[in-house]
Amino acid sequence: MSTTKSLFVRRYVPGLVLLAIGAYFGFVVALAEFNNINLGFGLATGLQAAIAAIAAVAGTISFLIVDDVETSAKGPNILLVAGIICFLIGSYIGLFVAPPEQHMGEVQRIMYVHVPTAWNALLAMTVAFASAVVFLFKSDWKWDAVMEGSIEVGVVFAFLLCAQGSIWAKPTWNVWWDWDPRLTTTAVLLFAFLGILALRRFVEDPVKRGIWSSVATIIAYVDVPIVYFSVKWWNSLHQTQSSPGTVSKQFYLPLRANAIGILFLMTAFIMLRARISALRLKQELAPPPLVEAQLGEVV
Amino acid sequence: MIRGVAQFAIEAESIARRYGRRWALADVSFRLAPGRVMMVAGRNGSGKSTLLRVLATAIRPDRGEARVAGFDVVHEREDVRRMSALLSHYSYLYDALTAKENLDVLRNSGQTPALLERVGLAQRAGDPVNTFSAGMRKRLSFARVLLQQPRIVFFDEPYGQLDPEGFALVDQVIGELKESGATVLVATHQVEHVTGYADCSITLEAGRVIATAGALE
Amino acid sequence: MIAALRKELLLQWRTRAQFMAVFVFGASALLLFSFAVGPNAEILRQFSAGFMWLGLLLSSTLTLAESFHAEMENRALEGLLLLPVNPRTIYYGKAIANWLQLVLLGFALVPVMVILYDAGTTKLPQLALVIMLGTAGLSAPGTLYAAMTSQVRSRQTLLPLLLFPLIVPALLASVKLTSLIILGDPMGQLSAWMKLLTAFDAIYWSLCGLLFDRVVEE
Repeated sequence: MSTTKSLFVRRYVPGLVLLAIGAYFGFVVALAEFNNINLGFGLATGLQAAIAAIAAVAGTISFLIVDDVETSAKGPNILLVAGIICFLIGSYIGLFVAPPEQHMGEVQRIMYVHVPTAWNALLAMTVAFASAVVFLFKSDWKWDAVMEGSIEVGVVFAFLLCAQGSIWAKPTWNVWWDWDPRLTTTAVLLFAFLGILALRRFVEDPVKRGIWSSVATIIAYVDVPIVYFSVKWWNSLHQTQSSPGTVSKQFYLPLRANAIGILFLMTAFIMLRARISALRLKQELAPPPLVEAQLGEVV
Repeated sequence: MIRGVAQFAIEAESIARRYGRRWALADVSFRLAPGRVMMVAGRNGSGKSTLLRVLATAIRPDRGEARVAGFDVVHEREDVRRMSALLSHYSYLYDALTAKENLDVLRNSGQTPALLERVGLAQRAGDPVNTFSAGMRKRLSFARVLLQQPRIVFFDEPYGQLDPEGFALVDQVIGELKESGATVLVATHQVEHVTGYADCSITLEAGRVIATAGALE
Repeated sequence: MIAALRKELLLQWRTRAQFMAVFVFGASALLLFSFAVGPNAEILRQFSAGFMWLGLLLSSTLTLAESFHAEMENRALEGLLLLPVNPRTIYYGKAIANWLQLVLLGFALVPVMVILYDAGTTKLPQLALVIMLGTAGLSAPGTLYAAMTSQVRSRQTLLPLLLFPLIVPALLASVKLTSLIILGDPMGQLSAWMKLLTAFDAIYWSLCGLLFDRVVEE
């Protein structure tokens, strides 16, 4: 009994280690610098931020990989709580403590939610793409469940992004939509993945459904950079309108807190949604009923 | 074991296949020696068509394994397909094309006129298939099967929609295939008729084998 | 593969009445666009490229869906796969045949565009090239999705739903290129957009071919 439990715990160790590294470089070092204490091993701040981001993402994604979508929801629920806490902290600082930006004023505060949502939306789509590829190669139903979960979460995030973009654009430019390349690509992505969800709805055979939606996900994801560049060029002749993308240094802390919070929330949602998928699939793939009949008897 | 010249023409082990919630095949196992003519009997919905389609690699089994001419039906489908042919409920024909064209687009072997003659469609070779009756489409499907020169043939209701002449044609074709050493499976409702020439038979009910007769192995 | 293509062309030739119907659909779409915008010759000319490509895109859903209709009637596609025939040759045969039909459709819609929108041009070889590259971008993913959706209920709505977001880059590039050809290209953007369109075509013609056999296996 103790060996299985320690095995269970050991699976999560790499993820936790990566998260610790991410937390160190993301928060501890930043806070120390604020107080003029140098804990950063002499690395440039940009590099530290990159290490923090990669470690945090890799750590959280590793939870997705080791998760077998069949066990209890304790793991994702812990992530959910941690995510909510981080998000509340980040939002509080962002909304009430951080000073308003020079040029854009209070409206700019939406960036504390918008930027992390953007990162995580792309991450969700990448998880969907990776799951699709793995599913095509390994035909393990877990990855079909994870793919369905990440597509749905990605769709929700993409929708939120478009909504946030509109909320920012109206007071700033007096239009609801400003054709910003990133936002426009998100809208196209939203429709593409909604189409894939519709495809899943209409296909009843689980095997076909899994394979077709994997193929569609791969095709859609490969398109994302192409769509981005084409929209960017298409828009470049017109007045380039800035979007809430750039942040100056003082605002890093709430941004990172929210980013981590939303990262945890995203992963938790994917894991929970994948569990629902897995349960549904289990019901669909139930083995043939055992029938007790003698040879020759009409069943 | 030499591939293609296996000990058994067909080996099925606990094959199961579902459609939605219904298991069309629940658990089918048998082995058939090469060169035999085996009848597959059973009521409507007993799984006869599904069994033939799984063995012909038209669909995958959800459970179990099967080998045709020694080749696995899931992992070596191309090889199974090369050795076998399926006469299905579906005619596999292009309505917009003529009888001759339907055969030529598969394989331009020059045998088409002879084959059409053989199945009694020489007169209608140049007519589009959408003008054909059900019986004539069946005959063309036969020509399609013969064109592939299969070693293992799966006939799903070959007598369906045919007149007495057509019946005779089917019997002749099966007889010739048997002469040439091919293995033939015939799923049919014409149990009395086929029992006359079949070497053995299995009977399906609700996706399971409930009876066998004759020498399968 | 040539055999597969020949079969497709033969089937298309036999059902050529379809092509007329699709052309009329496309031409009516162009007419409706001008009604929607109003009889302002300047505006119509400026947006002529967009209208033409939208008309072509809408018509393509009909063509693409139709391309698998013959395969599904009597399950002929299954019959082909059981021969055995390499699924990839089936895909490329169909994709090329669809592409040729769309190119013809595009060429046929050009005079309609010229007349309705006063959008003439002397640079016909370049226009032809753009039409060929643009329709290639529609045909590759379109054939793949048509293969999927032809086996599903609600196939008419599902095909455009899947295809339209995907081909946004091809649409943008084709419209832009056609516009530059008709209205002039003062800043020399032509080659950049050509490269984008060609890259899109190259990526999707290879990717979709690779994925096709997973899509049609049972």
